[in-house]
Amino acid sequence: MQISDLKARVEAVLFSSDTALSMAKLEQILEVDTQQLRVALQQLQHECHQEGRGVVLQEVAGGFQLRTRPEYAPWVMQLRRTRHMNLSRAATETLAIIAYRQPVTRAEIEGLRGVDSGGIVRTLLEKNLARVAGKKDAPGRPLMYATSAGFLEIFGLNSLEDLPTLRDLKTDELDFTHEVELEMDFESEKRE
Amino acid sequence: MTAMAYEVKLDQFEGPLDLLLHLVHKNEMDIQDIRIATITAQYLEHLAMMKARNMDVASEFLVMAATLLYLKSRTLLPPSRAELEDEEGQDPEEELKARLLEYQRYKEGAQQLEEYPRLFRDVFPRPPLEPEAEERGAGVLDAQINISVYDLVHALDKVLRPKSDPKVHRVEAGAISITQGVHMLLRHLRGKERVSFQRCFSAATTRLEVVVQFMALLELARLQLLEVQQHTRGGMIYLYPAQSLRKGRYTDIEHMIDVEDYADL
Repeated sequence: MQISDLKARVEAVLFSSDTALSMAKLEQILEVDTQQLRVALQQLQHECHQEGRGVVLQEVAGGFQLRTRPEYAPWVMQLRRTRHMNLSRAATETLAIIAYRQPVTRAEIEGLRGVDSGGIVRTLLEKNLARVAGKKDAPGRPLMYATSAGFLEIFGLNSLEDLPTLRDLKTDELDFTHEVELEMDFESEKRE
Repeated sequence: MTAMAYEVKLDQFEGPLDLLLHLVHKNEMDIQDIRIATITAQYLEHLAMMKARNMDVASEFLVMAATLLYLKSRTLLPPSRAELEDEEGQDPEEELKARLLEYQRYKEGAQQLEEYPRLFRDVFPRPPLEPEAEERGAGVLDAQINISVYDLVHALDKVLRPKSDPKVHRVEAGAISITQGVHMLLRHLRGKERVSFQRCFSAATTRLEVVVQFMALLELARLQLLEVQQHTRGGMIYLYPAQSLRKGRYTDIEHMIDVEDYADL
């Protein structure tokens, strides 16, 4: 099969899908091998970025999806009635902590933020941005939280590795190897 | 003292650390070189302002106030022996700085996250075409996902929710038997290859009807006259009637249903 032909097929399939499609799924639909598919996807992605088009081919949560470009949001929005997810500053802050520290307990989140965060964590769970990722092996067996696949989808990330890196603290500023001890007393006790 | 000089919207602080960080930046200090006395004074003024406006000052703010006062007192007084023994090298001031730095990092992380192109705010995918198309990638079935009875109960819950009994006036609810439920269900299934779970309950008007029909559904599934499938996780649940049902041959079903089991309903 010509690669240009395959590329067009990939585009057609992605265009018609309302969800991100994984490599495996695309392979199954298009009946091609991984190598060919990868080349087609790369070319398509490249073209979308090159020619000043309205949509881009994005890799989200382990799949591929055509999405409109952010700069055309004002126009696309007029067509859509969906309300986008509003996140308060506190919610975004909490989400950032969960994203960078996962799996993390509520006590750890509250230690970092200095305020009660139970309600916000619940909201994030309800909005399917966070999920429960088991229980911590610590007194009280508190729940641990992590980000969900929905989080990757909403923020257009393929995996957690795509998160922007947090500003590194200058090494002479502080030794952050003992940061955990500062948040939770019982943890430092355990370690000693 | 520049008492009201730093008046800001009071509700914008997410907590004591947030307020503290704001004061540090306001005074153009470096977190490493916080002047505790200045910050403490401003922090307390801020709390006073919050109180003056009848705002509830969350306990976390008070804890921080106490910490700050303690730190300030430490700079004025030589440490007592008990304190020296207590602290074991952990300087509470350093501890606070560390917390502030760490908090600042995540605040910055949150800002970056905020600026990311966000789905349905900045970027848009194709919306689902129609409710039925909720079945993802219609036409190409995923490998079938085994659904548990809990998924069914969850789906039932969804159907039940909007059906809370109207409160206008009370009418004696007529009892419905499972057999009747089966017939209601069969009406939906007749001649069809498959019917969505939701649609089956569209005609039911009361909770009782929904419940009975759900039990009828389980009964038919038990008798293998019905197959229940879900093609994607969280997707639509479909009922596939067996051949005999589709063709309308179901006169003997009533005998197969163990009505006795549900006599109490």
